Amino acid sequence: MPDQLMQLLFSGLTLGSIYALIALALVTTFNITGVLNLAQGEFAAIGSLLAISLYAAGIPSTVAFILSIALVAMLGGLLERAAIYPARRASGLTLIIITIGLSISLRGLALLIWGTETYSLPAFTKGGPLFIGGAAVNPQSIWILGLAILTLSLLYTFFELTYAGKAVKAAVVNRTAARLVGINPGTVSFWAFMGSGALGAAAGIFIAPVTMTTYDMGFMLGVKGFVAAVIGGLSSVGGAVVGGLLLGVLESYCAGLVSSGLKDALAVIVLLAVLLVRPQGLLGVLGERKI
Amino acid sequence: MLKIKGLDVYHGYVQAIRGLSLRVKEGELLAILGANGAGKSTLLGTLAGLHKPAKGNILIRKGDTPPAEECPQYKKGFKPHAGECPQWEDITGNAPEKMVRRGISLVPERREIFGSLSVLDNLVLGAYHRYRSCGKGAILNDAREVMEIFPALKGREKEMAGTLSGGLQQMLAIGRALMARPRLLLLDEPSVGLAPLVVREIMSVLARLKQTGVTIVLVEQNTRAALKVADGALVMERGSITLSGSSAELMSNSKV
Repeated sequence: MPDQLMQLLFSGLTLGSIYALIALALVTTFNITGVLNLAQGEFAAIGSLLAISLYAAGIPSTVAFILSIALVAMLGGLLERAAIYPARRASGLTLIIITIGLSISLRGLALLIWGTETYSLPAFTKGGPLFIGGAAVNPQSIWILGLAILTLSLLYTFFELTYAGKAVKAAVVNRTAARLVGINPGTVSFWAFMGSGALGAAAGIFIAPVTMTTYDMGFMLGVKGFVAAVIGGLSSVGGAVVGGLLLGVLESYCAGLVSSGLKDALAVIVLLAVLLVRPQGLLGVLGERKI
Repeated sequence: MLKIKGLDVYHGYVQAIRGLSLRVKEGELLAILGANGAGKSTLLGTLAGLHKPAKGNILIRKGDTPPAEECPQYKKGFKPHAGECPQWEDITGNAPEKMVRRGISLVPERREIFGSLSVLDNLVLGAYHRYRSCGKGAILNDAREVMEIFPALKGREKEMAGTLSGGLQQMLAIGRALMARPRLLLLDEPSVGLAPLVVREIMSVLARLKQTGVTIVLVEQNTRAALKVADGALVMERGSITLSGSSAELMSNSKV
């Protein structure tokens, strides 16, 4: 039994890292722009499908991955200019509806290009599972966990140690004051969407070897990422990671000890519980301002 | 250095500025006086790019006389004689981030500092538009110079700006605006809610700044303090100028 619990814990952490990556992109974009981008999961799906197609076309894996991340980053920037920027003075609800529209459109586009087939990528590292504390851990899980840690470190470095990061923080803290010192919130928003596109694509590529990639996998990823972000407090970067890992572990234990059919329902139950008991999330603060 | 011609500004359906025309000389400290709702803050906001005028023009004299090669007419094959290169730039309706690049910095009435960032970060971000061209070292030097102007900020570089007292926040807001190296500094009621001693210190800093060549437009309800440091002043009522003159003239005017 303890071995099984350990195994479920590691499976949960892998799953949680995936949710954490999506939640990180969601929270960062939300903090910077005030837009809750519900098309975030689609960035992961398209990034993953693009990388698979490029790799299948004979392009070396590293080049294919970088190219896919760059293309999805550009897609993020393009969508921001085409759909978010023109509606920048609209209400938060309108912007959410726009992102839902984007999500549906991107899914439709993916269906047209890749069809309903299932795709996969080979694992980044060859060889069997690693054994940690009696649990078998897929090496790809370490890659996913590593990407989550790397992303968190990069975000911390950017926001705390770079001038550009402080300028972005300033735009979040006080939009009017930021404009008065010469920071253009429109440019900040554009780069935030580029970044969220890149991060989403990277997440999609890293999870492709352990999950079956389909045109519509972004929907569920987006939902789980959103739940993870809400658990963490929606505005907290650290909270997004904690929320993602927690949701992943809970889902894993639910699937292993209760029923795998309840796995997806659990996310909604957790979401409702958090909103009822602690609406500000685990690490969030009530009443924070967004731009 | 600044010309405003026939300016109309609306807040929704309410007209806040009515056909206002004004000239501000280089190096002048102009005080704008008037009751609440006279349109003073709207005027400053419009100059800083926060409000778009419905009518009229805002012109600013170009920073330095441009060398002949930079004159747009020269580029079209016309070699101008001295004085023929356009000296005034129309900045009507420019966004705030463009206005600051034209040398206009606003210290808003509510200070609008970045409360959750440190004092030093606030100052350094004030120089955002010239960070790339000047580099970190020069900007940090400028921040040190600002702290010489406002010694009360010294030793508080790492403190969160939001935890400072009102007076210190006002000093920080002015310091942040100075970091942009403005040619035209706009101050919206810097004395509001502050102790007389702090008001005196801020006014003496403005007087010193004027001597360095910075043009200042000061909106104030504290008439006496403003007229003491100003060269000229004007009184606004319902969006129009009703009275103007030197500060000495206005000081002796019973209507002010």
